[in-house]
Amino acid sequence: MGFNSPSLEYSALAPMLVIFGAGIIAVLVEAFVSAKLRPSLQLALSIGAVILAFAQVIRLRGTETVTAANNSVIIDGPVLFMQGTILVFALLGLFLIADFEQFAAQASAVPGSQEERTAIQTGKMQTEIYPLTLFAVGGMMLFPAASDLITLFVALEVLSLPLYLMAGLARRRRLLSQEAALKYFLLGAYSSAFFLFGAAFLYGYAGTVQLSGIASAISGGVGNDVFFLIGIAALSVGLLFKVGAVPFHAWTPDVYQGAPTAVTAFMAAATKVAAFGAALRIFYTALAGAEWSWKPLITSVAILTMIVGSIIALAQRDVKRMLAYSSIAHAGFLLTGILALNKSGLAASLFYLAIYGLTTLGAFALVSLVRDSAGEVTDLNRWVGLAKRSPLMATFFALFLLSFAGIPLTSGFIGKFTIFSAAYESGNTGVVVVGVLSSAVAAFFYIRVIVMMFFTDPEEDTVTVTIPSQFTSTVIWIAALTTLAFGVFPTPLLDAIASLSTFVR
Amino acid sequence: MTLTIIGALPLFGALLIALLGNSQKENIKKLALLTSVLTFAATVVAALNFEIDRPGFQLVEKYSWIPSLGVNFQVGVDGISLILILLSTILVPVVILAGWNESEGGKFSVKTFYILMLVLETMMIGVFAATDVFLFYIFFEAMLVPVYFLIGGYGSGARQAAAVKFLLYSLFGGLLMLASIIGLYVISSNQIGRTFDIEALQTLKIDSLTENLLFLGFFIAFAIKAPLWPLHTWLPDAAKSATPGTSILLLGVLDKVGTFGMIRYGVELFPNASKTFTPLIITLAVISIIYGAILAIGQKDIKSLIAFTSISHFGFITMGIFAMTTQGNSGATLYMLNHGFSTAALFMTAGWMISRRGSSTIADFGGLQRVTPILAWSFFIAGLSSLALPGLSSFVSEFLVLVGTYTRYPVAAIIGTIGIILAALYILIPVQKALHGPTTPGNENLPDLNKREIIAIAPIIALIIGLGFYPKPALDVINPAAKATVTKAGFTDPAPVVKGGDK
Repeated sequence: MGFNSPSLEYSALAPMLVIFGAGIIAVLVEAFVSAKLRPSLQLALSIGAVILAFAQVIRLRGTETVTAANNSVIIDGPVLFMQGTILVFALLGLFLIADFEQFAAQASAVPGSQEERTAIQTGKMQTEIYPLTLFAVGGMMLFPAASDLITLFVALEVLSLPLYLMAGLARRRRLLSQEAALKYFLLGAYSSAFFLFGAAFLYGYAGTVQLSGIASAISGGVGNDVFFLIGIAALSVGLLFKVGAVPFHAWTPDVYQGAPTAVTAFMAAATKVAAFGAALRIFYTALAGAEWSWKPLITSVAILTMIVGSIIALAQRDVKRMLAYSSIAHAGFLLTGILALNKSGLAASLFYLAIYGLTTLGAFALVSLVRDSAGEVTDLNRWVGLAKRSPLMATFFALFLLSFAGIPLTSGFIGKFTIFSAAYESGNTGVVVVGVLSSAVAAFFYIRVIVMMFFTDPEEDTVTVTIPSQFTSTVIWIAALTTLAFGVFPTPLLDAIASLSTFVR
Repeated sequence: MTLTIIGALPLFGALLIALLGNSQKENIKKLALLTSVLTFAATVVAALNFEIDRPGFQLVEKYSWIPSLGVNFQVGVDGISLILILLSTILVPVVILAGWNESEGGKFSVKTFYILMLVLETMMIGVFAATDVFLFYIFFEAMLVPVYFLIGGYGSGARQAAAVKFLLYSLFGGLLMLASIIGLYVISSNQIGRTFDIEALQTLKIDSLTENLLFLGFFIAFAIKAPLWPLHTWLPDAAKSATPGTSILLLGVLDKVGTFGMIRYGVELFPNASKTFTPLIITLAVISIIYGAILAIGQKDIKSLIAFTSISHFGFITMGIFAMTTQGNSGATLYMLNHGFSTAALFMTAGWMISRRGSSTIADFGGLQRVTPILAWSFFIAGLSSLALPGLSSFVSEFLVLVGTYTRYPVAAIIGTIGIILAALYILIPVQKALHGPTTPGNENLPDLNKREIIAIAPIIALIIGLGFYPKPALDVINPAAKATVTKAGFTDPAPVVKGGDK
């Protein structure tokens, strides 16, 4: 039996190939380059790769849609936009990761041991974070591009496994970090199993793993509906876990809190794009014909997610946990974009993902600056009076929070408006009303933080804001400027998204 | 370009102030005053070009802003919005002059105070001038931010709690309105293409259930803003905690956004729904009139007293709007203007009394008439205007509202009249306690108004008296717009009927 080598469309795959290639080189760098050179070399390599890949995305924009790698990948307009978005987030995330203060000197050392102390004294650094980031980025780029269930699963694992490790690398409060990593890994593995289980049933239903094949099986209406329903349910669990929707959200606050803040920032922004990208593709192409089967499910999940996220956030006393619950609420808003199931829903989701990610990166970057002598301080009670010590940073954080709350003249408002109007357009009025009301609840805890920072007098033991490194302050400035700019002049971004064709089936 | 320039002037001034150093307090204040006076002058010039008899919006400007959403930067004024813009631009310089020192000793710097104040002025002009619903919403929501910091940063007492309460109430209403705006947007994109143009939206055909729901979304937001009983609870707290200047803008201008919105985005946009809900709204308005007045009588704190009187007055305004008669509507708009002046005068004088005495409890004053005659007289005239004494401006508007309401809803008008009687109580009792009688120990050496303060209050008192005797200029501007509103709502004025005469 002969072996036909698959034909690869190198040009269309170039962005991903660059990232994966750089990831492999980065592993080799770990093995062969001296420890002294590694940090700067790895950083340069990663940033270079991300920029090169972004250039490839720019080159590909506007070209014909292609299926690549034996129909396992589709490169169409929305995918290119998401890949571009992920790469921008990766670049900003790398800027934050470059601030090594946050990472364990030697992740394998037992917390509190002599070995750990020695590692810190000798200035060791865990530069493996760079290849891990690159692999995660590669997986994220593949996830929304995958056009069959197998590739989807592979991409899911490629993006998840590095993130599990990265979550465990915090320098301080290492036990919390390791616990977060383990929790994330166990629950993630569990949800991956669900995903695979669902994929198997969908294969049983349609006789193919191709998303387009599933779509035509639905329109043909010949398959076994029981297989189909089990398949959709299990597959949705896998996806909803990744986006952090209720009731699969339990990992989010723990992981967001335990992971090093730079990793949290990157993960919160980029994973959402990848996971929602894949979810949008699956629901918009493969399952669009069977709306009846999943719409009630996703509607209730969306409503639950918005309500639970907003309400539990009220009780949070830790800024990272609060942002985690806020991200859960935002996942609910984004789910309304899936429910819209029309072109404006897709456009609104893409816009929302882009601007939400930027704001999130900025917010977490800022969290990483608020420290005392023992490291980052995430206890909100100690953020009181921050505006007095660092008016600029407090103003920026307030801006990010106002954007999360969806106040006009911030990008968050345009995002909410577009996504809710898309959902309303397709008749999901109830979800929109719940969304609007839970925004009102959510506004309460964002405002509470603003009150703490601006109106409450600082106590003796309040924290200081460290002078940000060039990298971190770049991220914060970019996030703040885009939050404002896309709030006042969203047209360029909206037009860019509108010019993209819809998903190719 | 006129309106854009007027709106941009305060913003420009705020930018200039931002460039000054924190320590140049006097320069900052002078620059803020100059900016606001120039803005007022520009508004007056624009108002002189306003053609009274031309229907529809004037001074119209339209620039494409977010084409993919159909959003335009679109402004224009009719008689109602012109009057309210004039009110806003005259109150800002008065507030700055009257409260020359109230920015000091706050949580944030003097500089921040005036930046916030001027940014707020831009937004106040924008919210009245916008003729694009999206643009209106942006101003409506964005103006919460400066007010929030003005209340929470510079007030007294439990100001943070008051600021948060204000913000949450307003945000809640605003988000309900957002849902309605989204609904309108979707309906418009199905029927006439994506647009937020207020005049285009008036042509939409909406089924009655949807119309009712959309109307409620808007109306609740405005009823919180105005505020109408039972959504009023944020106002006394906010007015009590904010500085007098902020309170003047809050009650004098910001709350008018609510009543203005009821006209522009309630009655004109959803005429059928307005008709459906009129009985309910008139009832709430009457309750507000009586409730506000009764609670005002019981207040011990002078600032809360003014806040509760305003709740009563907003009841009158709302009643006038939903009476759906030209008289009622003209009266309501004129009332908005006059209430702005009388509340401003009350808060200014109350603010001076409080800063002199160091207390805002009415019982702490007494005999001020002898110690500080000019201050006392100013307070007295402001109070008389607030209780609608004939010859002072509020009388005309209150009379018009009651007459306009009586022709359609006689019972409501008659109950509303009780509000006038109660008004005499809630004004004259504090006047008696604070101004007359023996001088309370400790008050003997309070200084009377200085030159700056007299310059600040003189134009307001002049307007109160002037518009009381000769309200025609204001009514000439308002009447055509009020008539248009009633026509758009599908009503014609009932002809007066004389009953019982079979001569």
